[in-house]
Amino acid sequence: MAAAGAAATPGGSPIARTSDGIGVSRYRELGLTDHEYDLIVSHLGREPGDTELAMLSLMWSEHCAYKHSKKLLRRLPTEGRHVLMGPGENAGVVDVGGGLGVAFKVESHNHPSAVEPFQGAATGVGGILRDVFAVGARPIAVLDSLRFGEVATSQRSRYLLDRAVGGIGHYGNSIGVPTVGGEIYFESSYEQNCLVNAMCLGLAPHDRLIRAAAAGPGNVLVLLGALTGRDGIGGASVLASAELGEGDEAKRPSVQIGDPFAEKKLMECCLELLDSELLVSLQDLGAAGLTSSSSEMAAKGGVGLDIDCARVPLREAGMEPFEIMVSESQERMLCVVEPARVDAVIAVCERWETLATPIGEVNDSGRLRILSGGDVVADLPVEILVDDCPLYDLEPAEPVGVDMYAPAPAVLRGDEPPAATLLALLGSANLASRLPVFEQYDPVVQSRTVRRPDDADAAVLALPTGEAIAVSIDGNGRRVACDPRRGAAEAVYECAANLACVGAEPLGLTNCLNFGNPEKPHVAWQLTEAVDGITEACHALEVPVVGGNVSLYNEAPTGPIFPTPVIGMVGRLPDPARAGRLAFAQEGDAIALVGGFEPSSRGSELAKLRGEAVAGPLPECDPAAVREAHRTVRVMVNSGALHSAHDIAEGGIAVALAECCVAGGIGATVTLPNGLDPFAEAPGRAFIVSGPQSALTGLQIIGRVGGEALVIGDALDIAVAELHRTRRGGLAKLLQ
Amino acid sequence: MRFGVIRFPGSCDEVDAQLACQRFGEAVILWHRDRDLKGVDAVVVPGGFSYGDYLRVGAIARFAPVMEEVAEFAAAGGIVLGICNGFQVLCEAGLLPGALLPNTSLRFIFRQVELEIVSVDSPFTGAGESGQRLSIPVKHTTGRYYAPDAELARLEAADQVLLRYAPGENPNGSLNDIAGVCNEARNVFGLMPHPEHAVDPLTGPTGGLRIFESIRAHIADRTGAPA
Amino acid sequence: MRARVLVKPKAGILDPQGQAVERALPALGFTGVRNVHVGRLIELDVEDPDRLPEMCERLLTNPLIEDYEIVETEPVTS
Repeated sequence: MAAAGAAATPGGSPIARTSDGIGVSRYRELGLTDHEYDLIVSHLGREPGDTELAMLSLMWSEHCAYKHSKKLLRRLPTEGRHVLMGPGENAGVVDVGGGLGVAFKVESHNHPSAVEPFQGAATGVGGILRDVFAVGARPIAVLDSLRFGEVATSQRSRYLLDRAVGGIGHYGNSIGVPTVGGEIYFESSYEQNCLVNAMCLGLAPHDRLIRAAAAGPGNVLVLLGALTGRDGIGGASVLASAELGEGDEAKRPSVQIGDPFAEKKLMECCLELLDSELLVSLQDLGAAGLTSSSSEMAAKGGVGLDIDCARVPLREAGMEPFEIMVSESQERMLCVVEPARVDAVIAVCERWETLATPIGEVNDSGRLRILSGGDVVADLPVEILVDDCPLYDLEPAEPVGVDMYAPAPAVLRGDEPPAATLLALLGSANLASRLPVFEQYDPVVQSRTVRRPDDADAAVLALPTGEAIAVSIDGNGRRVACDPRRGAAEAVYECAANLACVGAEPLGLTNCLNFGNPEKPHVAWQLTEAVDGITEACHALEVPVVGGNVSLYNEAPTGPIFPTPVIGMVGRLPDPARAGRLAFAQEGDAIALVGGFEPSSRGSELAKLRGEAVAGPLPECDPAAVREAHRTVRVMVNSGALHSAHDIAEGGIAVALAECCVAGGIGATVTLPNGLDPFAEAPGRAFIVSGPQSALTGLQIIGRVGGEALVIGDALDIAVAELHRTRRGGLAKLLQ
Repeated sequence: MRFGVIRFPGSCDEVDAQLACQRFGEAVILWHRDRDLKGVDAVVVPGGFSYGDYLRVGAIARFAPVMEEVAEFAAAGGIVLGICNGFQVLCEAGLLPGALLPNTSLRFIFRQVELEIVSVDSPFTGAGESGQRLSIPVKHTTGRYYAPDAELARLEAADQVLLRYAPGENPNGSLNDIAGVCNEARNVFGLMPHPEHAVDPLTGPTGGLRIFESIRAHIADRTGAPA
Repeated sequence: MRARVLVKPKAGILDPQGQAVERALPALGFTGVRNVHVGRLIELDVEDPDRLPEMCERLLTNPLIEDYEIVETEPVTS
């Protein structure tokens, strides 16, 4: 029993800093600095106990506390007329009309996937699904953004790609949520630190949306779902907040194992509990398990919680209280229930074969107290867990006169004829068809998918209102490495351009900021510039950020990854039947170039293939012109005037034209505007559209659809069949 | 007419099947623990991953209480359609011949495939024409149809293969390109492709309509109600 | 009794998992490997081991495509 009084330390012997340094090494091993530990002692007025230290070290980790990014993230615009829930909840929610909201969020699972790609990617999908149904929304779509090393030369990267894709499919396909899109790029900077970012969208009537705030002293805390085991013990601090180095094999036991069948039942169960109005609040268990979910629920509701960890159903015997509190066993949720409704909750859970166990109570103490049988093993003010972690200012410094990243080995000399260049681009791992990957995902379950991957630049999902939403996920680390501010802004513009191509107007976005170690000045500079770039683009397009995630310390001994902000954007379109397609459709259609397009070869895919420096600056961008181009395309798609619309992104206008030809199985003859480099890039700003000549009046007509080859002026003339063969084989041959 | 769609824990495409059936009649969900088939004219055993596909696909679902009723319903001549996981369940339950094995690629595969109607002599293909092509998606990891040689020969001779993958379209290594088979009495049919995902022009090709149309026409004939 | 049931694909049935392993081993320098088959191991404590064959026939395996072997039984020490 702990003695009464402020200075008593619950849970047995305190971790005093002894002269032999044993105590010091323990909190340091848990990731706390001397300064942070001193702060904890001074806030508590005593040394923390074992369980308390385990809980605090996780809550004060980068992963939970965002201590190096929180101040910066405040720059992002988060308000807009469509926002129903903004950052801070399990997922952001935007209004899509008809009393419906769409919840969405993107989250990283990078380090777990580098250690065990199948389970890491699978549980990444599992985690983001729980974030979405935690707000009361039924998950309706998953998208993924993946980065690996050079698959053309790295066997390890091929293995990671194969297993991560397998894991995503395993979880998403089994749970009945379609994977409707995504993007994959290969760069050597991701060789040791692959990126696995998963995005989920959910649909809910406004009145079923629920927040995570615990409320009502006397109410019961009920743990739902899987048994608690030793999965991911220390995962949040050990796996997510430290650079990966030699000997990562030893970290394998702390990777979580996903069970999509358990999650499917848990999801149906939670949605039925919400439909029956049996819950006061709901929260998923992610990083730092019960510790983080319970303290965040308490903080949001301004209440206290008593949790008896002896009541938590365990998968393994002999687990210590601290292990129970930080376990990252998957497929669990925490909810607050009025005492009179606990039996009804348990009955619904039994129907879904889902365990429901009352483990604690809400009170007005403002403290999180953890009991184990009769003993108090932790007794902490909620704010020390959630609010008191120090926030650090970044110390950004622009690297001057040095290229941070080595160029890729040259595979083109630079004097090849344009036809050879185009085929090299189409067959390169970054631009080749993603079909071998997308074939491993179910894009149609739930019967909403109006545009599948490869049909259009954004996925389109029909709503019960008769309208539709569109979604796209984008990011280009190499371009951000060249020019962090413009590169990050481009990711926002490109997402919005993708939405415009199907006729959707942006409602909100979510981001995942994948960067290196922010304590290094040049990484801090990349991060700061990128956030400013995203902020500028958000203002320009009037799109708010409704949620997101930060993944830092993505570094290997060879250096940091390319700075990789990933943007996921959701938009709305009035008529799904008119949603745009990217394929050229009809012989004789006119082809037009829409938007100001002054591309440059810097940071382009061709620059990579030629082994050129990873260096900026990227082309300037006129936000008003971008907005106008997006509006033009959107309006024309919605009016039904166009037969196709495609944004000009990686590989420049030549690759964009080739993609439209391949998708439609038809050729085109085009004359490029004077001086336009067919392979130079300026993503997010311009489009290739096609339609009847009469419908394209006022646009810059550059050619005509028809024939069996793509002909660009005198520069090149390639059969569509050859374009198709090259593009289709580029990635497929690496995955056999 | 009235369809019943079974929901096991782990079913994924039961609502999709219900939506497809509702284009042709009423459609209710049947809970795996209930022994009540609610007086339906046809039962759909839907796709998904019943019981997580643990142990072996379909192996646990076949012992669900509702499946005892389905077996009795089938024995009495009731119309039963098994889609994907439902096909696997019906094979495990012995209501259909053969078994489904892992795809030769060992991977999950989603693909829009071309099918050919082999026999129109069934309640599931009666509204089609022999040799007619249908575009319907497949999505599975365990869809390679297998039956021992003698059994296979008997199935072919008895005209129990109702659907085949069109030449070059076999996505999983199924013997004889078999996409769907019926039982000897021709009232139970299982197929790996998902006809319920091919009924709405908004979301893709509509080859699946033929299957549901056929069932409705058959029930209407049998009950004397107008189709 | 503690029992182990080994389940493997019936002889003659295409076993792509086994083939994949058989192809992968030589790449790692393990030559001279043939007839690789990948199956499942089911471990269970049973009160009446005589009923194991029936369990295998009805649920644990699909006799159409799988063979099984009850490889060892030993008393459970608890």
